[in-house]
Amino acid sequence: MIVSHEWLKQFVPHDLSPQEVGDLISRHTVTLDGIESAGADLSAFVVGRVVFREKHPNSDKLSVTKVDDGSGELLDVVCGAQNIVVGAKYPFARTGTVMPAGITIEKRKIRGEVSNGMLCSARELGLGEDHDGILQLDTEAEPGTPLLQVISAGDARLNLDVLPNRPDLLSHRGVARELSAISGKPFVVLPLEGLVADHSQPHGVIEGAANPHASVSGAASATSRGVTVRIEDAASCSHYLAVVVRGVNVGDSPPWLKKRLESIGVRSISNVVDFTNYILHGYGQPIHAFDLGKLAASSIVVRPTSAGETLVTLDGVERKIETGTTVICDGERPVALAGVMGGKDSEVTHTTTDLLIEIASFDARFVRKVRRSVNLSTDASYRFERGTDEHALEEIAALTLFMLPKIAGGSVESIIYVGAERAAAKPVVVRASRVSHLVGVNVPLAESTRYLESIGCTVQVNFSSENGAAEVSADDSTKVMHVTSPSWRNDLNLEVDFIEEIARLMGFDTLPDELRATRPGNVPDHPLYGVGRRVRDALVTAGLAETRPMPFTKTGDESLRVRNPLADDEPFLRQSILETLARRAEYNLARMQGNIRLFEIGNAFVASNDRLPREEVRVGALIMGMRRPPHFTEPNPPAFDMWDAKALAETMVRAAFPPGVISLVASLGDDQLWDINTSAGTTIGRVVRVELDKPVWASEAYGVEFTLGLIPSADVAPAGKNAHGSFVQALPDAMQDAKSWSERTIASMRQQPGQLSSDEVEKRIRAIVPSDHAKYKAIPTTPGAEFDLALIVPDDVMAAKVQNVLREASGDLLESVRLFDEFRGGDVPAGFRSLAWHLTFRHPERTLKEKEIEGRRMALLDKLNKELGIKPRAS
Amino acid sequence: MVIDGGHVTAGRREVILYSSQLVPGSPEQNVLLSEFLALIEALENQVTEKLRGTDANARLDVVKGELNALKDERLASLQAGIPRLEPKDRKPGGIRFNELKQKIQAELDAFIARQRETSGGAAKVDLTMPPRRTWKGSLHPVTLVIDEISDIFRELGFTIALGPEAETEFYNFGALNFPPDHPAMELHDTLYLGENTLLRTHTSPVQVRTLQQYAPPVRVLCPGQVYRRDFFDATHAPAFMQIEGLAIDEGISFVDLKATLSEFARRFYGGSRRVRFGPSYFPFVEPGAQMDVEVDLNDGKGLRWVEILGCGMVHPNVLESAGVDSEKYTGWAFGMGPARIAMSRHDIPDIRLLYDSDVRFLEQFAR
Repeated sequence: MIVSHEWLKQFVPHDLSPQEVGDLISRHTVTLDGIESAGADLSAFVVGRVVFREKHPNSDKLSVTKVDDGSGELLDVVCGAQNIVVGAKYPFARTGTVMPAGITIEKRKIRGEVSNGMLCSARELGLGEDHDGILQLDTEAEPGTPLLQVISAGDARLNLDVLPNRPDLLSHRGVARELSAISGKPFVVLPLEGLVADHSQPHGVIEGAANPHASVSGAASATSRGVTVRIEDAASCSHYLAVVVRGVNVGDSPPWLKKRLESIGVRSISNVVDFTNYILHGYGQPIHAFDLGKLAASSIVVRPTSAGETLVTLDGVERKIETGTTVICDGERPVALAGVMGGKDSEVTHTTTDLLIEIASFDARFVRKVRRSVNLSTDASYRFERGTDEHALEEIAALTLFMLPKIAGGSVESIIYVGAERAAAKPVVVRASRVSHLVGVNVPLAESTRYLESIGCTVQVNFSSENGAAEVSADDSTKVMHVTSPSWRNDLNLEVDFIEEIARLMGFDTLPDELRATRPGNVPDHPLYGVGRRVRDALVTAGLAETRPMPFTKTGDESLRVRNPLADDEPFLRQSILETLARRAEYNLARMQGNIRLFEIGNAFVASNDRLPREEVRVGALIMGMRRPPHFTEPNPPAFDMWDAKALAETMVRAAFPPGVISLVASLGDDQLWDINTSAGTTIGRVVRVELDKPVWASEAYGVEFTLGLIPSADVAPAGKNAHGSFVQALPDAMQDAKSWSERTIASMRQQPGQLSSDEVEKRIRAIVPSDHAKYKAIPTTPGAEFDLALIVPDDVMAAKVQNVLREASGDLLESVRLFDEFRGGDVPAGFRSLAWHLTFRHPERTLKEKEIEGRRMALLDKLNKELGIKPRAS
Repeated sequence: MVIDGGHVTAGRREVILYSSQLVPGSPEQNVLLSEFLALIEALENQVTEKLRGTDANARLDVVKGELNALKDERLASLQAGIPRLEPKDRKPGGIRFNELKQKIQAELDAFIARQRETSGGAAKVDLTMPPRRTWKGSLHPVTLVIDEISDIFRELGFTIALGPEAETEFYNFGALNFPPDHPAMELHDTLYLGENTLLRTHTSPVQVRTLQQYAPPVRVLCPGQVYRRDFFDATHAPAFMQIEGLAIDEGISFVDLKATLSEFARRFYGGSRRVRFGPSYFPFVEPGAQMDVEVDLNDGKGLRWVEILGCGMVHPNVLESAGVDSEKYTGWAFGMGPARIAMSRHDIPDIRLLYDSDVRFLEQFAR
């Protein structure tokens, strides 16, 4: 909302600066987005004093002067004006100053004499039409003082960020009411601008409008002197007031009206149209002027649309009118989109003589529907959608009656009113105790009353009916206010609405900054918060960079498609984090960056038969390029390979899950390297080779992704209900009791089975051990016995399989088994490789005997031979 | 005491150390503890003398080889003697054995270090050469801001709540006192998934879910990704992070809101920063407010008021929607955008840099 400072003054005469007004409003009412000068920028101009003047040697009309501009040096300035007085002060433009007309003042020679600047006239400064001579300043200010400190530089525009709760502020009068309430300055209800200024007519007496014929009616139709107004769609239009003006002379607007509109950046069109805009911006009521002569049957009918109707609107566009909306018609066809825009056919032109001025109240929802259906937002629709003051219609009619003939000539013939009975606002009970409770300090009743009255409420103070004994007490806290809001504040309906008014009018800044004791909350941290932080820190330590890319994808599941994306290229919710990371890797490769180590913890979506997709919080990581930064000892470090990826996966899993719960299992697919499985066999993620669109120089990319947990999206409880204390509904209550993260994870998995069968859910739950805490094992006091075992293993027998046999056959004295070598060629036949393990055995209480060790070694070899046909490598 | 292949008497520092079997007798024969300890001491002296007698210029690998051989063979042999001690003697014997083992290793390490030192002094090493570094990881600038905010609120007694990003209209709008078909909805240009399902436009649905789930007192912080139907340009993104807070209990007032958020601002921006609260509007709070902090944006314009967050007292309709008695309980909520803070504190000119994931951008935030 653009507000003109000068216009505001018409409603609230005051001597505050625009900045002071802006500060008051931003502290109490709405955010001030900025203040700008409505005229030219005069900030560079200064006060200059003429200390010497003589005639220009080569010109009769010009003078050569010396000007003191406060710089300490007298400047030679050539001037054409005749009214220069030595010793007087004038607006001075130094060299380099840009004039409002756009010209930059430069040092130049004028008929042979140097001029170092310019003394300015009012017109040159955009301050008026007076071009007779330079503008003499009546000021005590020293030369060099900025001009703006000396003169009022005209109007200023305040840009207010009016939000949907305050439609009453979408006019100068509305803002003025507010300014009056917060500044204490009196408010002029109807300033009737332009009526007194240039003619000697007294207030309110308008020629030709002394006796308008009014047809006031509560009926759905009314006629006066052949002009009919009928509402056939009362739901969309509660009131329609038509002012019939005959004999107008459409032409230019008077200067004051042009100035008002220009001050807020609205173009002047004609006196009639300008008047409608003046009312809209001045009073917040959108009105429309029809050329009465072009309305068939001199009628206005507000009715629902029929199928296939079209209208060419004022902007010249032919628009299809959607059925189910409302349209304003004359006797035959649509002439306006209700509350949005008028039609071209009935537009006021220079030949128009008779007018029908529409002053109506359209229902917000209907106007929104119309506006959306034609995709056309106007100043009018903006206000109707937020709500206008239907009690102000007569006032606006009165203004029209008084002002329009003055502006455009003609006389008001009749005012036709059709509409329903308007309900008076009902008083709302506002408890004094509740005011203090919510604000946090004791607010005296008298103060609350004063604030509410300042914004137009009527307040009646009563004792609380609930507490009869209160009558003997003078204590405010037992009293209530019966508050009736003014008609222009449709946002004030509940007790809390009025409490907000009191609090903001007091000013939040007046409240104490006092940290008071609080009880601890009942809500435990979401388990995934801690898990996410642990995984994240592990990945940063491992040298990866966290990223937060846009989570949309080009392709995806139809049920995960955003219905109304602004850009169509990536309309799907992602199903995998790695997919996003892969695109980000390609982005980097395209910029010649090949060392890429990215990770993200974020949500991925799984198509579901439920109303909402299933959401999983996942971690994804992608690595490619050099394993280490180059060093002079190793200028070309090797690239990451699959074993780095496997190690990274282990690091991530260790950070996320209790030990021993998750394992990496060789996968079957080509790019799929390992599945990340729970001990119950459920796959929660994978380690893969990442397929990228990459240049030849880029190395192989590897990715790790797995699920950290589920985010339930089922309703917690029906609307208006809670699930406090209900175990079935509110499993997170159980989560609250759960001591460990694992238990909470179990609870969250039980709660959100999603598409999983209940068996699968139980399987997942069993996969999680009940405690995250590592259990201490006694540090060995006995020596261990170690030996190496080199085996010839066929290529198709997995090392893990051999190792399992080693473990099984070694019995419980085996402490560790470590694969430390793979070798092909040499004495190893083709189709085989030599794999060597280092085994450590230890007895907790005694030293193992050599023969025990040898016995185990023999048993191992025997079992390997029997089960897998594997023999030791001959040494 | 008789030793196979030679002999030694306790006290005499002469041990024959060439037998592969240091402890005499067959493996089945018992060994006396005193005998075992004497053998250990002898071996110990042998090692010490060997090292002491070694020339400082001797080749490191040769000495290392000799000592390792000594360690492996003799020690293994000695170790094999432990099971042959009387059961009660095995522990002291074992302890002594381990001491010896460690001592040999220590002597060896010390020797290697001495050798290195000597040779290091001789060769000229340029100590200004760069160290062998590892890759440095980094957290996203938005994460850094969220962490900082969360850490402050956690100190003030808040816990973290999370919720789904795909939501119903009820949780995103209805429960939050957005009147149906109201211009307030247009402040939230919404991405829809289905008839009544959408991508949440703020993290406030988590507040409603939390209130339905847990009885007051509630003090939670809800960080999360939110979505708006915006073009992706220098200042807008269709998905971005938001962080909200909610405090509900009996007797909570606007003063609590103001004091807690002011305390946050002082901790986040520094104690000397001025803070002010002005009116604002969000359907789910009333009174609605915004907090401005006087900050220097390093643009040469000095201190100025900058809106940091929106806040207010939770609207009674919101509490009732979540099944909470709005007469008994009151509370406040706030919401802020960490991306904007990150951009201003790091001088990031274009919001798309936060999403592009250019490694040259991300590595600048390594710590």
